[in-house]
Amino acid sequence: MQTKPRFRFLPSPLHSLLLFTVWLLLNNTLAPGHLVLAAFFAITIPLLTSGMQDPHPRFHRPLLALRYVLRVLGDIVIANFEVAILVIRPSKHLNPAFVAIPLSITHDLPITLLASTVSLTPGTVSAEISEDNKWLYVHVLNLMDKDALITLIKQRYEKPLMEIFECSI
Amino acid sequence: MEFWVELVASILLVTGATFAFIGSLGLAKLPDFYTRLHGPTKATTLGMGCLLIASMILVTYWQGYLSVHELLITLFLLITAPVTAYMLAKTAMHHKLQILEKTTDKTLSKRAAERMTP
Amino acid sequence: MLNIAITIAAVLMCLSLMLNLWRLFKGPSRPDRILALDTMYINSIALIILFGIFSRTTLYFEAALLIAMLGFVSTAAMCKYILRGDLIE
Repeated sequence: MQTKPRFRFLPSPLHSLLLFTVWLLLNNTLAPGHLVLAAFFAITIPLLTSGMQDPHPRFHRPLLALRYVLRVLGDIVIANFEVAILVIRPSKHLNPAFVAIPLSITHDLPITLLASTVSLTPGTVSAEISEDNKWLYVHVLNLMDKDALITLIKQRYEKPLMEIFECSI
Repeated sequence: MEFWVELVASILLVTGATFAFIGSLGLAKLPDFYTRLHGPTKATTLGMGCLLIASMILVTYWQGYLSVHELLITLFLLITAPVTAYMLAKTAMHHKLQILEKTTDKTLSKRAAERMTP
Repeated sequence: MLNIAITIAAVLMCLSLMLNLWRLFKGPSRPDRILALDTMYINSIALIILFGIFSRTTLYFEAALLIAMLGFVSTAAMCKYILRGDLIE
């Protein structure tokens, strides 16, 4: 796991890219003046704030990350239909549960991403993480099969994240 | 052309509003706090996404140039919804809110509130 | 057709705001009330966007963005406050 910046003048390229796009989105334009201003912000702000950041594991597989984002967006739509059906049905059919999921990934950023994904997708909300970062507690709206849920989350969301950040097990 | 743009936008508007309504309905009718948390975090997020995409399509069509700044709000809501849900769940467990009687593994919430391993 | 769709959507959003308000008044616990407020601000963003489409301007975009940001920060602050009884430790 490398945490040292690759380029001296661009300490966090993703951060710069985000600033650049958000500035252009905010002004809703592609005018040359705004492009220059966006580039200026994208270079100076990460330089000024690089000392304030905690070290994060670096992004290794951008294409895989893109595929992960698209998959999560698709899953959000499906999960929403499921939750909508569960909400409309009489609530006596609900079968809520707390489940503890063992985590294999380490480091704060990947765990945060996993917890957010779990909150948005399969009928679960992540509630808490144990102090040693080994267990994720989730609340499930309608639990069918505990082991199937744990395998689903580990296979579908945790494994790609592990590959993206190249966390060792 | 105008008909099709308006048709797509209308469908997106009604779908989005329906999802947002279902989210709020879940907030009003589900039995305990933890189940209520599910409605607003999920259904409302997708509902807002649909509404904002409809707005994007219509503004692009009317103004004649690509208008994508609504994506910023969608992105912001997508990022903040899980954080809000997490903070609310943490608060609820800290205050030991009433959990629905039939919930499986109720004791886990006590372990979670202390941030211990199960 | 678009006007009919906007009307239906606005009616649905108003009904959701009513449901949120009901939960805000009834909500047995404080986290319930915070959740109701949180949902209320998201629904009001939806209403503002609808009004923007209805009057065919993009002026309301900034208002919607500001409500989204302030709403998130206030929800986080309220959670933090009733979690610890203190905003800044």
